[in-house]
Amino acid sequence: MFLINTKRVIISGYRNFMRSGFTSLASVLMMVITLSVITSLIFVKTTLTATLNDVRDKVDINVYFIPGAAESDITNIQSDISKLPEVKSVTYTSASDAMTAFKAKHANDYLTLQAFDELGSNPLGASLDIKAKDPSQYEEISKYFENDNAVSQNTSNIVDKIDYHQNKVIIDRLTAIINGAQKLGFVLSLVLVLISIIITFSTIRLIIYMSREEIGVMRLVGASPRYIQGPFVVSGVLVGVAASLITILMFIPISIWLGNQMTDFIGINMFTYFKDNFIQLFIIMLGCGVLIGGISSSLAISRYLRK
Amino acid sequence: MIYFNNVTKKYVDNVSLDNVTISVSAGEFVSIVGHSGAGKTTITKLILAEEFPTEGTIFFESTNINTLSKRELTNFRRKVGVVFQDFRLLSNKTAYENIAFAMEALGRDNEQIEIDVPHVLDLVDLTNRSSHFPHQLSGGEKQRLAIARAIITQPELIIADEPTGNLDPLNAKEVINILKKLNDLGTTVILTTHNRDVIDQVGKRVITLENGRVVRDDKDGKYVI
Repeated sequence: MFLINTKRVIISGYRNFMRSGFTSLASVLMMVITLSVITSLIFVKTTLTATLNDVRDKVDINVYFIPGAAESDITNIQSDISKLPEVKSVTYTSASDAMTAFKAKHANDYLTLQAFDELGSNPLGASLDIKAKDPSQYEEISKYFENDNAVSQNTSNIVDKIDYHQNKVIIDRLTAIINGAQKLGFVLSLVLVLISIIITFSTIRLIIYMSREEIGVMRLVGASPRYIQGPFVVSGVLVGVAASLITILMFIPISIWLGNQMTDFIGINMFTYFKDNFIQLFIIMLGCGVLIGGISSSLAISRYLRK
Repeated sequence: MIYFNNVTKKYVDNVSLDNVTISVSAGEFVSIVGHSGAGKTTITKLILAEEFPTEGTIFFESTNINTLSKRELTNFRRKVGVVFQDFRLLSNKTAYENIAFAMEALGRDNEQIEIDVPHVLDLVDLTNRSSHFPHQLSGGEKQRLAIARAIITQPELIIADEPTGNLDPLNAKEVINILKKLNDLGTTVILTTHNRDVIDQVGKRVITLENGRVVRDDKDGKYVI
């Protein structure tokens, strides 16, 4: 009997959805808006994360060594620093590499290059470019060169300068912006998603309110509350399924446009991201649509099924 | 079968039923008459436990229907068929599906539904309208469909609340004839109306209400107000 009733509930819900025409369309469109907001937020979060990673990648500490410092001493320091848990990577630039890079950078600046040549020897020292796993950890890394520990003992004589203190303000500000943007993004996402869920819930509630007399009739002919509720929940779930299909189709041209027009500006190709994550995105939309539709219908109808 | 024991129903600003005591035996055809606001519909709502009395008790056989749990109430309602003046059909279902719904709600199997529904459609002369939706039917057809839905589960009691209110005399006569036939087959019928012709056509017990009180209870089917 359970299987027969389940089949009847599903068929009845499907028929209600198909026969309600304009009302079903209205619910589906509201749900499309909600799912579009959710998908847009996923896109925004992806863009934000990519941008933040890009910014993070540009933040580093440069340790400059005095000219003539022994390469073995510097590589020993590189090895020690690499072992620190906060450190993501350490890149060594020798004095001659620094010179080559400098000349390449000023290839069109004849006066500077001439002055350089007149010096006779290489005035530039070697350097280490240190990247931390998180921008907030640069201060900790910097302390290793200042404190009285194994690293600082080896470095005290050969370190010319560490640009952390010069960059500290910028690094601190960037760290604060990154953390703030993430927190704000989370709160804004939550608020937007909540608003769109409330709007969809209200639409479904209004539609069920219009059916309240029919619900009363169903009760009077002896249908159990669950048997009355079932088809409405099925219709709500179908609203979610239809809306997720429409939304995913809608985002194909949107992501193509974003990929073509906005990749340079936002730093990530949205169409590539959409294509690579198509199944996950569709599952998220389908899951959200089905849950919002099903739960909204279930909650909206329950008030008409009380004794 | 039905027993109202000193039942009073008060709403915020008026008394709809005032200390009413009536009983209806199994197999009876009882017409309840009275002007608008006399309390006729309140009686049907109280029998269906859509509303509860302010004072007094209502029994269906030996059960006080106001103490039933949600599940017991659902089971009780399955014993009662209801016909309304405004038909109250399910607008998204065809005539066939409207009738089948009542059987499905009771958990009847598909084979039984496929046998009984066409039979009842034939009984109310709606066989050729079975795939039509309520908005595609005339008033008389809608009411016959409502009756078909009410009788498909073979209830012990049929409550018809102003079933002829929206019908022309010809359709009204047809509906009353169906109710009389059902009563002849042993179903108890409670009919509320303010239509004199309908009462004359039925010719059975008439309870007259006035301002929420029972003022007459005649066995011989007279309409006196």
